[in-house]
Amino acid sequence: MHLKTKTFKNKIMGKTKVKKMLFILSKATIENAYAAFVMANGARMEGIESEIFFTFFGLEAIQKKKLEHLHVATVGNPAMHMPTMLGGLPGVEAFATKMMKKEMEKLDMPPVGEFLEILSDSGCKLWGCKLAVDMFHLKREDLIDQLDDIITIGDFYSRADQEGTHLLFI
Amino acid sequence: MDLNIAGIRLDVTEDGYLTDVSQWNKEIAIELAKAEGIELTDRHWEVLAWLQEQVKNEVALSIRGIKKSGIIDIKGFYALFPAGPLKVSTKIAGVPKPKSCI
Repeated sequence: MHLKTKTFKNKIMGKTKVKKMLFILSKATIENAYAAFVMANGARMEGIESEIFFTFFGLEAIQKKKLEHLHVATVGNPAMHMPTMLGGLPGVEAFATKMMKKEMEKLDMPPVGEFLEILSDSGCKLWGCKLAVDMFHLKREDLIDQLDDIITIGDFYSRADQEGTHLLFI
Repeated sequence: MDLNIAGIRLDVTEDGYLTDVSQWNKEIAIELAKAEGIELTDRHWEVLAWLQEQVKNEVALSIRGIKKSGIIDIKGFYALFPAGPLKVSTKIAGVPKPKSCI
């Protein structure tokens, strides 16, 4: 192998030093939830450990009754390229969400519930935030069966128990 | 890039995937698996055959596809190839590295 290609190889395919990814999902818009899911799943697929801590509005993504009804944000989202007033009209958010879900289905992106099952089966730990669960008056049975436990942020930090652990707030 | 396995010179990509699927055989698979620290069992062979079948039929591989495969579930798949299931299994099966993010 040439020296040049070897350097290139080391750059793009060197052994990763990331050993564990810890995600905190604090929002319930569909684009944020999927960002966390895709990255957490992507980590597992590379042999990297991953865990997600659902807090505040992020808890909507693990509530049995709400998880299939997450929406894309059409107001205050400049990347939607639509006037803010239009984004606030009745039905616009639902329409944009429908369109996005259709595009995701084309890419074989699983719906939220199935994605959570895939994550759990892949060994990604799923945690509910105790403070937020109490604040929203939620019970264990309101949350998905795959949830590993309801824990405090302190408990979650203690999951960062090895070199090469990274925390990401979404 | 070349790789010498089981007395055969193989053409592989930069990250070790066979460029010519027809060069693949069981001895090569055993050696490729060893390099990944895996000893192939009957269960591994079943999955490898399924992966090759999918690629032959031009089905894009993804973890969701494994869930629907009917041949193995995701937990079992991770148990067979813990260090990155699709990445490692496709390498041993002699098929191209999957490009999907899911």
